[in-house]
Amino acid sequence: MMSSDLLRWIPLIPLLASAINLFFGRAIGKRPAGALASAAVGASFALAFYVFWQLPASGVMRDLVYTWIQSGSFQINLSFQVDALTAVMLLIVTGIGLLIHIYSLGYMAHDADMVRFFVYLNLFIFFMLVLVMGDNLLLLFVGWEGVGLCSYLLIGFWYHDPNNAIAGNKAFIVNRIGDLGFILGIFILVAELARQGVWTLDFAELAKQVKLLSPATITLVTFLLFIGATGKSAQLPLFVWLPDAMAGPTPVSALIHAATMVTAGVYMTARLHFLFALAPATLALIAVVGAATAFFAATIALTQNDIKKVLAYSTVSQLGYMFLAVGMGAFGAAIFHVFTHAFFKACLFLGSGSVIHALGGEQDMRKMGGLKSHMPRTYWTYVVATLAIAGAPFTAGFFSKDLILWQTFSHGAIALWGVGLVTAGMTAFYMFRQLFMVFHGECRADEHAKAHLHESPAVMTWPLMILAAGSIFTGWLGAPEYLWGSRWDHWLEPIFGKVAHHGAVSTELLVTGLTLAVVAAGIYLAYLMYGKPGAQPASVPSGLLHKISLNKYYVDEIYDFALVRPFTLVAKFFASIVDPWVIDGAVNGVAATTRGLSTIWRGLQSGNVQHYAAMFVTGALALLAYYLGQLS
Amino acid sequence: MMSAQGFGDLTLLLAIPVIGAALLLFLPRRQSCALFTVALLASAAAFLWSLKIFNRFDGGSGAMQLVERVAWMPAVGIQYLLGIDGISIFLVLLTTFLMPLALLASWSVRDKVKEYLIFMLLLETGMLGAFLALDLVLFYVFWEVMLVPMYFLIGVWGGTRRIYAALKFVLFTMAGSLLMLVAIIYLATRHAQMTQALTFDVMQLYELHLPVEQQFWLFLAFALSFAIKVPLFPFHTWLPDAHVEAPTAGSVILAGVLLKLGTYGFLRFALPLFPDAAIALMPYLIALSVIGIVYGALVAMMQTDIKKLVAYSSVSHLGFVMLGLCALNMQGVQGSLYQMLNHGLSTGALFLLVGMIYDRRHTRLISEFGGLWKQMPLFSALLLVVTFSSIGLPGLNGFVGEFLILLGAFRVTPAWTAVAASGVILGAVYMLWMFRRVIFGPLNNPENQKLQDLNSRELIILTPIIFLIVLMGVYPQPFLSRMQPAVEANLKRILAMPAAPAAVQIEVSGEPKNDGR
Repeated sequence: MMSSDLLRWIPLIPLLASAINLFFGRAIGKRPAGALASAAVGASFALAFYVFWQLPASGVMRDLVYTWIQSGSFQINLSFQVDALTAVMLLIVTGIGLLIHIYSLGYMAHDADMVRFFVYLNLFIFFMLVLVMGDNLLLLFVGWEGVGLCSYLLIGFWYHDPNNAIAGNKAFIVNRIGDLGFILGIFILVAELARQGVWTLDFAELAKQVKLLSPATITLVTFLLFIGATGKSAQLPLFVWLPDAMAGPTPVSALIHAATMVTAGVYMTARLHFLFALAPATLALIAVVGAATAFFAATIALTQNDIKKVLAYSTVSQLGYMFLAVGMGAFGAAIFHVFTHAFFKACLFLGSGSVIHALGGEQDMRKMGGLKSHMPRTYWTYVVATLAIAGAPFTAGFFSKDLILWQTFSHGAIALWGVGLVTAGMTAFYMFRQLFMVFHGECRADEHAKAHLHESPAVMTWPLMILAAGSIFTGWLGAPEYLWGSRWDHWLEPIFGKVAHHGAVSTELLVTGLTLAVVAAGIYLAYLMYGKPGAQPASVPSGLLHKISLNKYYVDEIYDFALVRPFTLVAKFFASIVDPWVIDGAVNGVAATTRGLSTIWRGLQSGNVQHYAAMFVTGALALLAYYLGQLS
Repeated sequence: MMSAQGFGDLTLLLAIPVIGAALLLFLPRRQSCALFTVALLASAAAFLWSLKIFNRFDGGSGAMQLVERVAWMPAVGIQYLLGIDGISIFLVLLTTFLMPLALLASWSVRDKVKEYLIFMLLLETGMLGAFLALDLVLFYVFWEVMLVPMYFLIGVWGGTRRIYAALKFVLFTMAGSLLMLVAIIYLATRHAQMTQALTFDVMQLYELHLPVEQQFWLFLAFALSFAIKVPLFPFHTWLPDAHVEAPTAGSVILAGVLLKLGTYGFLRFALPLFPDAAIALMPYLIALSVIGIVYGALVAMMQTDIKKLVAYSSVSHLGFVMLGLCALNMQGVQGSLYQMLNHGLSTGALFLLVGMIYDRRHTRLISEFGGLWKQMPLFSALLLVVTFSSIGLPGLNGFVGEFLILLGAFRVTPAWTAVAASGVILGAVYMLWMFRRVIFGPLNNPENQKLQDLNSRELIILTPIIFLIVLMGVYPQPFLSRMQPAVEANLKRILAMPAAPAAVQIEVSGEPKNDGR
């Protein structure tokens, strides 16, 4: 193990920049403040890269800052660690984060509150870094809640629209519901180990002590932690906040969906893989939830008309794939998909931001079309990223998604594999539907928007191009054995152990071929319906299924009806009936009774000395009798 | 352990506000500026003096320190007995810290300024005395003395229903404390019977082992008095009325300090004096605490008046504090003590902030506001920090306390704790609803369009609180480590009793692990 004081600066620099901008941002000015924020993330990225480079082959670097909380035998340190897994996450968070920061310099240039935006953005990076660098579960939870706070602030960034603020609230509260599971999981872990004389939440120590826990305890703990993950990583049934999180400025969506926040749940399960691996029941549940979420979200994405909503549901769906991998115990594959997804999803979101920017805020794809010639750089990067998410051969998404599907298949989970396969086809369909609706065909924008159509400035298109390159080449790190083999698995081997290879190469090729066929079918169908000359992309198909999908299965409405309203009613009942009438009523009842009794009492206080004397004697006799009784 | 001394530093601390109040008597009532200055200086002097006491305080010891013992009524064994330990020191600091800020926040008081300030200073002495007294009768005297200034503060400078609220406040408190007085006298009599020494010295009374049946009634008498003060569900209904009617500074002190006297009373008196009864009755206390957490939060959710919302949130938060005490282990009790400070800071700050917009708009109805960020960004940003402190966001003070409380409680009663933990969700719901409706959205109400942001006086009030909210979240050790020995000693007292059931264990030998560099 290596110790290094360097580590703390990786999260600290963005925090400092955030603080400087918070207090002096107004004085510094908009552009310099933005530049400072970006430079800070750049510095973190450089440090992260250095640490990545220095990291010993199977080693861990640690940086103990100080004891955070100590109570009795319970002790939690503010302490950071970097191992192979964290190093990967660090590069994703700071690398993609840096590109998003740079992009935002252009995107937010005309916003009056640009300084505030960068304060939040830096804070977001800070908490995400704490999340991936913390060497214990509680520090991870700090980052976990911290990104929740930042998403709350950023989703509601344009607060004057009440809908944005409501979306921010929803994000935070839904996340908190998941967090309840998370924190209860932590409590069981601490309490069970403490009962056996071990007090720890350190990952390294937990991995050693895990044998003290009974299988039932492990299942319960992992189940509760997974509830936390369904909140943060937007899985069934807690995914509802993520699509609404679109309300924030588009770079924020890219940050939330690609580099940070939603990947936290996957990271947490991978970090605690030694615990999850011992809980087959939880893993089975995770696999089912993952596959179901992937499918369910994809069916919603098929019909959405808001450019960002399509991407939002595609994120939910892709996260489902990641959890499917986790459920198979293929943690390396899950993190690999986190990695590749970060590139193409960031590219897509920033690309959609570029489109929205060019159209003066328009997000409805029915009012787009034909943008190809107006914004070639945005278009071509979007094409690459779309190919990647659809899983076209030799793009990043091809390698990572294929790996997950193959892992599922080779584990014998044929039904889940089938769901994943169909979802891959739907993904290809809805993404190409989007590509055709936005960039191909006739331009359906109004005249005013058409007149202002422009390609975005270089500060926005350069990040797009870098991300597009990443959307292809990052996948090559994790090529299957029949090609040139996986550097990825090798890198993560110290964490997850050697990846076992089941099944024959011929089967693997067959499965891949099948996936590609389904993907091709999806793309072709999208072309027929939306891309072919003469297609009517803006026409509204009818039919019940379409309506259900367009309205997202009415999940929000169902939650509102089945949960929010009854709950509010109960609260109202307590607030307007129980508290004022029952509880306070009892008090007032006592008061009334007292008043009644005091009338009698007043009668006794007659002022007649003889009465008093008689009562005094009676009282004294009674007391005497009492004590005599006690003595005997 | 307790070397008898005469009057000393602690007495001076109690005297400083009284001296300030006496000085005010000689000032002409017209010169409100001079009056304010004197009162502020007195409270600031008390704060500085308490810092000096803190400096002298040995954080490594769990014993009573700076003990002052003077015979008061020797015939009946009543002494003037003060002392401080790791439990009371931070509550004393909280009191002296909040008082100058509360006075600064009273700038808008124009009516009978002189009396107002005198009452505030006397209130400070009352509260400090209650935290420092180690003689039960002396404690009782301070406990009752506090009532008088608070009664007048609500009844004279309060809102429209101030008389009702003030009376309710006093009657509730009196109802509890009379029984406590009877119990105190009975306890001392029993002690005299068994040891031939008539004393109200709590350290000596700790040694008395009464039969459980007798402890039972005595505990109930003490507990009722403290439960009303906390307030524990279902004794809370005086609180919203008192808060809504009280002037801003009154609310700050009421929520910030006065409620803590209830939980402090449990920790200092009710639990260690009657440990067997306390342990036997613990399931009921736990139930009431958890019900209070959820109930308070649900009722808070439906409030239309911001101040009432904060008042009910106090019911919920104090439920957490009680739950931690009931855990009777290091994490629970230490967390609970820490949470007393956190609640004092964050709820104090909330009442201050509410007072600041009330001064501007003369309303506290949530529906009257909306979109304030545009007009008052500074106010909004500070309210944001305090809101998240109250929600218990990690990194701010509230999380440390809540986490330790829940952890401690979970080790004793997992099911109830799971219910209590749902209060963490509810807390986010009502606070964020309030914040959204007040701060976010369009700035539609024309009344709000000319609101001024915080002025420098208001910033001076809030900055130290915000600073502590962050500090205590990021670096709680300086506080926790000084509390630990005293909490340990106290837990020993409660649990070392022979009748203590095996189910409740503590790690009294909580030696800190020494890993790291």
